[in-house]
Amino acid sequence: MKYIIQFLIIIAFSFLGEVFHFLIPLPIPASIYGILLLFTALMMKWIKVNQVREVSTLLISVMPMMFIPAAVGLIDSWSIIKSHLLTYIIVTVVSTFVVMATSGFVTQYVIRRDNKKGEE
Amino acid sequence: MKELLQDSVYFGVLISLSSYILGIWIRKKTRLSYMNPLLIAIIITICFLLVSGVSYKSYSSNSSWISYLLTPATICLAVPLYQQMELLKKNSKAILFGILSGVLASLVSILLLALLFSFDHNTYVTFLPKSITTAIGMGISEELGGYVSISVVVIIITGVLGNIFAEGILKLLHIEEPIAKGIAIGCSSHAVGTAKAMEMGAIEGAISGLSIVVCGILTVIGASIFALFL
Repeated sequence: MKYIIQFLIIIAFSFLGEVFHFLIPLPIPASIYGILLLFTALMMKWIKVNQVREVSTLLISVMPMMFIPAAVGLIDSWSIIKSHLLTYIIVTVVSTFVVMATSGFVTQYVIRRDNKKGEE
Repeated sequence: MKELLQDSVYFGVLISLSSYILGIWIRKKTRLSYMNPLLIAIIITICFLLVSGVSYKSYSSNSSWISYLLTPATICLAVPLYQQMELLKKNSKAILFGILSGVLASLVSILLLALLFSFDHNTYVTFLPKSITTAIGMGISEELGGYVSISVVVIIITGVLGNIFAEGILKLLHIEEPIAKGIAIGCSSHAVGTAKAMEMGAIEGAISGLSIVVCGILTVIGASIFALFL
């Protein structure tokens, strides 16, 4: 029963996210509205963490698996991608690692600078 | 036999789940970080479809309930985020600068690479939203006149790259702060990367989840501006 209620709450927020997506004409999906709404509900204490804890932990831990069907869609786009394969791979790989390095460095720099300031 | 596999309600899920479990098993046995369960599952499933002749369309409709859970699972990222609230407040400045730099790095690097390889406008905007979550990225690509089906594949591959290489690259670059790791993974490789961040630690996972949301929203604005440059 407990798990059914937890699942119900999570599905209710997914639906609320869909409602927002329907009402607001921006390319922002239901899932993003849903995160913001659930986060707000937790902050406002409308929902307690123990009312969603187990099911949310389970869903997050099996999340990688949920990307399999979409990724297998590569089969259908293969014919368009094939002719520019090398270029597309270079662009994807380079920019992914540039973003990872830049954002990681900047964050770490600001954290460590602030920590030093705090110690002085 | 092919008809059975095409029409089966359960087969798509069966092949996806079992190839994923096999992927986890291979990683445990080999202990190699690039033996990524998600990547292995994708490759096995693709090979299976090619060999059996089952079309992607029927596979994807048979395995749709796996994807159905993606929105609820993404929404659940609010829970670890809430649990790390104190940390979030304390490091709000670093997080803000980190995410802004990530969004800019993504847009600028795509612009430069597009100039280098002389992409046309449509190909350029196809790649612009590549580091953000699939659902927003598709919307942006469509809005700006990109090839949506290519955007989807590029976005997923970006996520898989982050999922596989994040740990090694962050180590190589001496990025050790859990918050910085979370930002780096979330900004570069959205939800697929976040799955890895969750394995690395609670802080990494929560911050990576936050980055998906903020990067996604900022990129809606940023990509529309950058689309004017080429």
